[in-house]
Amino acid sequence: MNMEINLQRRKALKTGGGVGLLALFGALGLLQSGVAFAEWNKTAFSAKTMDDALNALGVIVPENGAASIQLTVPEIAENGAVVPVTVASTLADVEQITIFVDKNPSVLAANFTLPQGTEAYITTRVKMGQTANVIALVKAGGKFYRTSKEVKVTAGGCGG
Amino acid sequence: MGNPMKIRAAVKDGVTEVKILMQHEMETGLRKDADGTLVPAWFITEVKAQYQGRTVLETQFGQSISKNPYLLFRFKGGAAGEKITVSWVDNKGDTRSDEVTIAA
Repeated sequence: MNMEINLQRRKALKTGGGVGLLALFGALGLLQSGVAFAEWNKTAFSAKTMDDALNALGVIVPENGAASIQLTVPEIAENGAVVPVTVASTLADVEQITIFVDKNPSVLAANFTLPQGTEAYITTRVKMGQTANVIALVKAGGKFYRTSKEVKVTAGGCGG
Repeated sequence: MGNPMKIRAAVKDGVTEVKILMQHEMETGLRKDADGTLVPAWFITEVKAQYQGRTVLETQFGQSISKNPYLLFRFKGGAAGEKITVSWVDNKGDTRSDEVTIAA
C-alpha cells in the first residue's frame, strides 16, 4: 500500500516537474520578446480547401463584398514568389481582414486583426504556385464579406 | 534571434502609416533543395505592432507569405517622435522585436 502511494507520488512529481519546465520555457520565450502572442490558428492555416479554412475561422456564409472591399492584385504575376496584395474596405467597424490563395497547398495566407483605430487598409506579398484566385475576407460589424480576383501566374513561386 | 526588420512610420493628417520589411526565409516545407531533400517548414507565424503599449495590428501568417515578408498598415493617431514596436515569432519559436520612431 505504502509502495503504491509512493509510486503515485513519484509519478505526480514527475509530471508536475515536466509541466513546470514547459511553463518556464514559455515564460522565457515571452520574456525574450516582451510580447504575448495569441495562439496561432494551426487548423485554419493547415486547411487545404476554402471550405475547411472558412470553417476553421468560424465564418458563416460570407456576403458578397465586391462593392465594399477593394482588392488590388496584379492581373498577371511574372513572379509567383512575390505577388503584392492590398485589401481595403469602405465598411465601418472592420475587425478582421483575411487573405486566401485558393490553389495554394494551404489556402489561408494571412489573417489580420484590426483593433479599433486601425484602418481597413493592408498590403502584403504572397506566394502563388499557379494561376489562382486571391480571396479577401473582411469582417465588419460582426458580419463577413468576401470578394476575389484572379491572378495569372507565369512562373510559380513554390520552389518550382 | 532573427535578423533586424526595416520599419518606416510616418504620420500625415492624423493617420500613421507603417511599412515593415522582415528578414525571414519563409520556407513552406514543400520545397526541395538541390539534393532533393525536403527543406523543413520555417516561417513567421505571428506579427504584432504596438504603439504606446497599445496593440495596433495583430497578424497571423501562413506558408503562403513571400520570403522577407512585407506589411503595410495604417492607424489613426500616432505622434511624430513617438515609437512603434514590431515583434514577430516563427514556427521554431524564434522571435524578434524592433522599434521605429514615427516621422512627421
